[in-house]
Amino acid sequence: MNTVTLEIDGKAVKAEEGMTVLQAAKNAGISIPTLCYHEELEPYGACRFCMVEVTKGRRTKLVASCCYPVEDALVVRTDSERINKIRKVIIELVLPLAPVGTLVGLAKKYGVKESRFPLDKGEEPSYCILCGRCVRYCAEIKKLNAIGFVGRGVDRTVALVPGIGDECVACRECYKPSICEGGKFVPYAEEFAFPPHRSR
Amino acid sequence: MNKLKSASDLEELRKRILSGRDPKKPCITVCSGTGCQATGCEKVSAAFQEELKNQKSSDKVDIRRTGCHGFCEKGPVVIIYPGEICYLQVRPEDTSDIVTQTMMEGEIVDRLLYVDPTTGERIVHESEIPFYKNQKRLLLGNNRKIDPKSIDDYIALNGYSALAKTLSSLTPEQVLEEVKKSNLRGRGGAGFPAGRKWETTRNAPGDQKYVIVNCDEGDPGAYMDRSLMEGNPHMVLEGLIIGAYAIGAHEGFIYVRQEYPLAVTNTASAIRQCEEYGLLGENILGSGFDFKIKIHRGAGAFVSGESSALMSAIEGRVGEPRPKYVHISVKGVWDKPSNLNNVETWATVPFIITNGSDWFNSMGTKGSKGTKIFSLVGKVNNTGLVEVPMGMTLREIITKIGGGIPNGRKFKAVQTGGPSGGCIPEKFLDLPVDFDELAKVGSMMGSGGMIVMDEDTCMVDTAKYFTGFLADESCGKCIPCREGLRQMYKILTAVTAGKATQDDIKRLEDLSEVVRDASLCALGQTSPNPVLSTLRYFRDEYDAHIKGSCPAKVCKDLVTYYIDPEKCQACGLCLKNCPVGAISGKKEVVHVIDPEKCIKCDTCFEVCPDKFNAVAKISGEAVPPAVPQGTKVKRKR
Repeated sequence: MNTVTLEIDGKAVKAEEGMTVLQAAKNAGISIPTLCYHEELEPYGACRFCMVEVTKGRRTKLVASCCYPVEDALVVRTDSERINKIRKVIIELVLPLAPVGTLVGLAKKYGVKESRFPLDKGEEPSYCILCGRCVRYCAEIKKLNAIGFVGRGVDRTVALVPGIGDECVACRECYKPSICEGGKFVPYAEEFAFPPHRSR
Repeated sequence: MNKLKSASDLEELRKRILSGRDPKKPCITVCSGTGCQATGCEKVSAAFQEELKNQKSSDKVDIRRTGCHGFCEKGPVVIIYPGEICYLQVRPEDTSDIVTQTMMEGEIVDRLLYVDPTTGERIVHESEIPFYKNQKRLLLGNNRKIDPKSIDDYIALNGYSALAKTLSSLTPEQVLEEVKKSNLRGRGGAGFPAGRKWETTRNAPGDQKYVIVNCDEGDPGAYMDRSLMEGNPHMVLEGLIIGAYAIGAHEGFIYVRQEYPLAVTNTASAIRQCEEYGLLGENILGSGFDFKIKIHRGAGAFVSGESSALMSAIEGRVGEPRPKYVHISVKGVWDKPSNLNNVETWATVPFIITNGSDWFNSMGTKGSKGTKIFSLVGKVNNTGLVEVPMGMTLREIITKIGGGIPNGRKFKAVQTGGPSGGCIPEKFLDLPVDFDELAKVGSMMGSGGMIVMDEDTCMVDTAKYFTGFLADESCGKCIPCREGLRQMYKILTAVTAGKATQDDIKRLEDLSEVVRDASLCALGQTSPNPVLSTLRYFRDEYDAHIKGSCPAKVCKDLVTYYIDPEKCQACGLCLKNCPVGAISGKKEVVHVIDPEKCIKCDTCFEVCPDKFNAVAKISGEAVPPAVPQGTKVKRKR
């Protein structure tokens, strides 16, 4: 493994080739907030909360640090006005869906008192932000593929694959607090049902 | 058929095909593209066969079912050779006149010719019709000469000679060099230099590499890839085989959407013919180069046109994008180096090999070379597929080829690049159309959609329509695109209903920027374009909606229908046609619309005779009080 040196928030950081910027930052004690990322799972790049600015030569771009590979001489900023704006709007978008646990803390951190994008009248929080950690845990760690996404776009939801039910109910590990952020996202856990279908 | 074993075998075959054909033999070509299928080319073609049989001339005249000609609104298009006499909107009952007069007597059937709407002049030859005259039909040109199901037709027009030249006299490096020098940029949307992409794939480590054709065209109203894939599939295959040779791939995929059944059929038959002729398979033309192609039928998701989503779909997984910080040219299908190009890009390759990169560079602008096909639709007189050299101005395309705006209405905007393109206002009409210029004004080349809008189009409503389309088509994987578009659509709905405030516009702007900057794939990143460009160029329309009026009188919640008692002649048309019985009145008595019952379907406005013009749409102004029941009409003198 080759070692590369990059700069994160002004600090020279050594990392191994093949690592992601998020891992390198973590090893150097720099924290980047995440939602869909989980150490045991493959990076997914869907919540966009871990976005950072990377500069290579003269070009600066916004990337998801959970997926972006480290390279020599890369300059990374994990905190800027642009990045904070993105994180703030993302929190505003998902907080009404799951006004619990980590999200509440992150909202405070990014100065969101109240989301500007509230739920429709009569709409209930789904307690699911579709981070896919349960789906990926079931597929990657348990190798069961018992749950998956159904629907597209705003109709997307998590559902049990019919016919795998028994095995699935026996396990329930996707509801571990460490998988479903804080475990509080899911008041449904008791009856083991997944978030209801939502439409535009 | 014995397999062709060398370039000279192919040349001999070409000579044999040509010597078996009499260029003087009359030929009726019937366009059989999807547009003409819809207007009835099947029946026209059958009627020609029947007519020729009746006249006992079946063996004296050929009938050829060709690919799409592009002038789809005038279909079915029939062209008679020799003479290139072009008949438009031909119906089955016209065929007997065409056979007896044109085929037998050499006379022209005047009523089927194109009539120039400005001069009233009838035009005999297709190439002289203004719609065609101002185009440069490099890729589309052969569509009208070829039966897409006949490889011999393609070979007769020098088809596969670029491949023969490649395999017999060029090294892969030389092909690559030529494509790089040509400055060909990808026609799928982003305009990435094709040669550089090829080179990355070629140099990527690994023996197993793939080349892929992207024919997942999903933009509403755009069908250039479809017409090439349906009308001249061999041209695309030839480009793909040449590319595979340059890149070092031995397997290729053609990703066609299932909704293009004719493209699937014609491509499958083209692949089969190539295999029979030895143009695909092992040891192609005796060169030692092996290559095979598989068709992958897409299951109908707009997002699958995105490269990483397309790769996932080919692998048999859900077509969802994945972060591609390692390029797919290095890690694509099954993590193997994969080179994906759009249909048009591949189709351009044989021309570059045959004519050279200098020739290709002679067309276009500094940054964009060659020609580009646009799907010109909306409020223009001539709609259809248009191929022009890069750098032609929007004004030239819309007025010279499109024939301007119908009914004397005023131009308002043109949206380029598909649903996630931007709306370009009149002040930029003299913009030369190329990749970079369109990006500068907040739009994009995209796949080449071009939707013209006139003064009767509401720009907020337009932004809402496209945002709704994109929200429907968002795969839902990443938060900014899934949740952001949903919220944007909600805000736009409020604006068009007159229920929004300036704060909402601020929310819309913030959201648009985040969706653009933070979305996972290019589709999400470009999805706010319709909103951002209309906010930039048509902010006054947003402001008007907030104040309660829709300037174009489109948004139903902000429009009231009213019958002007001074103008109404009590003809009863509106009353009779109103679907909800909202109109009262009788003979000699002014008609009145009950706003409580009115559903604003626009029917009364449409049916009121132009000479009366009594139904008005009112927006943002006070509606005059209804006249007392029984008010007598004022007769016009």
